[in-house]
Amino acid sequence: MATPYGATPPAADAGELTPVATQSVHLRRHWRRYPFKVILGFGLLAAMVLMAVIGPFVAPYDPTAIGPDVLAAPSAAHLLGTTNTGQDVLSQLLVGARVTLLVGFGAGAVATVLSVIVGISAGYYGGAGGELLSMLTNIFLIIPLLPLLVVLTAFLPGAGSLIVAVVISLTAWAWGARVLRAQTLTLRKSDFVQAARAAGERGWRIILFEILPNELAIVASSFLFTVITAILTDAGLIFLGLGDTSQWSWGAILFWAQNNEALGTGAWWWFVPPGLCIALTGTSLALINFGIDELINPSLRAAGLSRKTSRAMTTGQGLTPVRRAERADLTAASGARR
Amino acid sequence: MNGPAGQPPPAGAALNGDRPTGASVLVARDLTKHFKVRERGLRGSYGPRRVVHAAEDISLELRAGNVSAVVGESGSGKTTVAQMLAWLVRPTAGEILLDGRRVTRRSLRGYRHRVQIVFQDPFASLNPVHDVRYHLSRPLRIHRRARGRAAVDEAVRALLARVRLEPTEQFVHKMPHELSGGQRQRVAIARALAAGPSVLLADEPVSMLDVSIRLGILNLLGDLRDTEGLAILYVTHDIASARYFADTVSVMYAGRLVESGPAVEVTDRPSHPYTQLLLSAAPDPERAAPVVIKGSGAAPSLVNPPAGCRFHPRCPFVMPVCRTQRPPDVPVGPGHVAACWLRHPDHGSATAHPSAGRPSA
Amino acid sequence: MTASQPAAADPRPEVLEISGLCVEYGEGPQAVRAVIDVDLVLHRGEVVGLAGESGSGKSTLAYGATRLLRPPGVITGGSVLFHPDRDRPELTIDLLDAGIDELRRLRWQELAIVLQSAMNALNPVLTVETQLNDTLAAHLPGSTRASRRERAVELLGLVGINPDRLRSYPHELSGGMKQRVMIAMALALEPQVVIMDEPTTALDVVTQREILEQVIELRDSLGFSVLFITHDLSLLLELADRIAVMYAGRLVETAGARQLFAAPRHPYTAGLLASFPSLHGERHVMTGIPGSPPDLRNPPPGCPFHPRCGFAEPQCRQVMPPLAAPHPLAGDRLVACWLQDGRPDRPGVVARPEPPARPAGRMATGPVQP
Repeated sequence: MATPYGATPPAADAGELTPVATQSVHLRRHWRRYPFKVILGFGLLAAMVLMAVIGPFVAPYDPTAIGPDVLAAPSAAHLLGTTNTGQDVLSQLLVGARVTLLVGFGAGAVATVLSVIVGISAGYYGGAGGELLSMLTNIFLIIPLLPLLVVLTAFLPGAGSLIVAVVISLTAWAWGARVLRAQTLTLRKSDFVQAARAAGERGWRIILFEILPNELAIVASSFLFTVITAILTDAGLIFLGLGDTSQWSWGAILFWAQNNEALGTGAWWWFVPPGLCIALTGTSLALINFGIDELINPSLRAAGLSRKTSRAMTTGQGLTPVRRAERADLTAASGARR
Repeated sequence: MNGPAGQPPPAGAALNGDRPTGASVLVARDLTKHFKVRERGLRGSYGPRRVVHAAEDISLELRAGNVSAVVGESGSGKTTVAQMLAWLVRPTAGEILLDGRRVTRRSLRGYRHRVQIVFQDPFASLNPVHDVRYHLSRPLRIHRRARGRAAVDEAVRALLARVRLEPTEQFVHKMPHELSGGQRQRVAIARALAAGPSVLLADEPVSMLDVSIRLGILNLLGDLRDTEGLAILYVTHDIASARYFADTVSVMYAGRLVESGPAVEVTDRPSHPYTQLLLSAAPDPERAAPVVIKGSGAAPSLVNPPAGCRFHPRCPFVMPVCRTQRPPDVPVGPGHVAACWLRHPDHGSATAHPSAGRPSA
Repeated sequence: MTASQPAAADPRPEVLEISGLCVEYGEGPQAVRAVIDVDLVLHRGEVVGLAGESGSGKSTLAYGATRLLRPPGVITGGSVLFHPDRDRPELTIDLLDAGIDELRRLRWQELAIVLQSAMNALNPVLTVETQLNDTLAAHLPGSTRASRRERAVELLGLVGINPDRLRSYPHELSGGMKQRVMIAMALALEPQVVIMDEPTTALDVVTQREILEQVIELRDSLGFSVLFITHDLSLLLELADRIAVMYAGRLVETAGARQLFAAPRHPYTAGLLASFPSLHGERHVMTGIPGSPPDLRNPPPGCPFHPRCGFAEPQCRQVMPPLAAPHPLAGDRLVACWLQDGRPDRPGVVARPEPPARPAGRMATGPVQP
């Protein structure tokens, strides 16, 4: 066929950019554009972290100091009431935030690093090594966390929160490793990983720079989940009396409350605040996790519309809505309509 | 006719029919790949392991300054051949010779420097978290073609200019999702060039692009062949584009090469019945007469391929020998061979002879 | 350009008449206009090809016209008239105004649609027979199981599948066979209009050819109309009676297949035709079309093709050319281009002489001079 152009065609591709949808994460500029649950989650978490940071400085009383007002309901002097020895619950809460969050985030961080190393390596390297790592992951996955900790704390003298954090991190990594392994198995087959291999890239560089950046959302999600696990496990352990009750933490407050029949005596101000704080921390992390889900999976949001608008747009029967509007610029084409 | 170096040849210029055959660079001899089938339950424990005969006895030669096309349908094994040549998949049998020397594990790094691949899907072959500069700088660094930030920057710009993504500064920091399909594919080509290869393996480089930009990419590859003397392997299912772009065409069916020869020769005078079937089925607005499809049915299972010639269940000219013996490569013209008993002097008969060519305009 | 009397209109009655259809994604000022003011007519028994690349709006047009578009798609203008019987105009329905019950009656019985990955629409845990049976039962309430089975056998025979495949599950069939089953299901109730959206893109060339030849045979014997949507213009040139080319949501040219091939009038059509290498003759350098399709969120002013057009003039960059008959008048064709005003200095590639007249029908007979 003869060629179409006598004139010189314009320069190829200069400035013609057609944006294309992608799977990677796009962080939105303005905070208001994030879904409400994410903002709520971050807000709650920020409040807890703030409590941990400034707590000891703003606590009105020494949490250990006993006082005359015993089992007093919340009042102006004691905003959250007192314990059965006259200790101020609010101060205990503020001071205890630090240990609780430190153990939680610390264990979460170590566990996440372990899960990244083991999980991605298991997924990328096939053969005997990969299979071995996978089996290791499965073994640690079935080890029940709480009973193990109970046994260990019985044997180890003076089980401080450090020991607890270490043990949690040594067992909680397995779940994240399994998820990362599965995702890595998929990514390993993708063209850009093959291209990196074809370019001569070394294995560890591929894992670190090609595969891991694409799994950050999963890593973040796994981290948050592990933190929740760690906080709850630590609190549970202390509540059972097997942890370190000499330091103030939310779990310790619950321990003392339980031991002194707070429920029976109706002293709700003693156990509700720490329980609520633990629950709210867990909730905030879960909300952030949902937000990450939506960020990496755009199909969870209807193409940039809020849920309300998209619902209003359907006729409710699955038919495309018809909304004929007056459009001045749509002067119909002149000429025959055939 | 070529324009000045780096410029596209003027539109309308006739393509050089007889390109001088350059030096042989990459030779594949009897490459074979069998993929093991995952067996579940008891079946896997007894009896011979089942395999997918994805590619068998593939012999190809890639020459400098030449484009060799491998044409076939999906499942024909053409992508497996490209993957073996790129050393992304280990061949079950056969050998690959680069500049006459066998390729081994130890020489792999040198091999990767000389042989590069461009993938089919422009949306999957670039890592979505890295910008264009990262993609181009990695091969430069791995193969020590540029050291230091300034040298890498300059080399990256030069690569972008070679694939005509200009103005280059605009593209250096773009992320893949900000580029169109054609632009991504150009970046993928630039990445392949960054290693400084002599051989470029293009696995269906344009089949996922919009029709109107395909020729731009093919012309770019043709240009690289002319100005840099690259040996290009063009894997495709579109025989018309192979005729346009390639110097030699090899047709694959069910894992085997069935015909091979100069591009125009193979498409104008196909000798193998499968090639004839392919050409009769391909869209052709200039067709002189209505289509007569010779042979039908579907491609065979590669786990239990037919004995003898793999095309025999569908072949309208099948003879008894086709069912039992695998046909050898029979010369049917200068540089043109077909693996078909019909063309073999001992078996081909006048009545069963396939027509010398398609009715042409 | 003048309003024209078509010189050689199709004498067959119209069955589907799309007028001024506008489809958008989203609402308000950020809405993307995916289909803009499209007029398209399908005559009885005709095969109309709708050609375009990504972003042209061709699939959106099909799904919008049949009200199958999911949110945030909205139809913002136009009408889609379905004429079941030209002699009884009172039966004509506007699909855009119809309610769910009417549309349910129309869908499948009068208007069938074969989607792009239709072969994935088969339920993997049900046999072919069950699925055909379900479709028939849903639309033929009075039928018996036996009559439905008979019909299923008949349908499979129509598309060239052995009836003992009725007992197969989808995974036991090849891609081509699955697609044929989908076509059989689409024809089950003998619709008047069949819309096919890239039905053979995922299949190999030989299977594609077989299936399409079969569809044409069926059209010849059953008389339905086909709206065939694809990016492969070379296929349409062999298959369709008439071809409509879309770009950036608008129709830029419609003409008979032979006419379009021999004498394209829009630079985009000419460029598209020049993007398909030939299987004949000497090889020449071909350039395709430089640049890429426009961003529909920010289309260029005036003619959407002008940034890529080698013949753009100042007028093209400011005012959108209307879709009208080219000058000089010839045949039943329309084009949206300022260059078609009959001036003698227009570029030759879009001003070739019309091919000699032929009776309506496919063009696969006789040599054509490109």
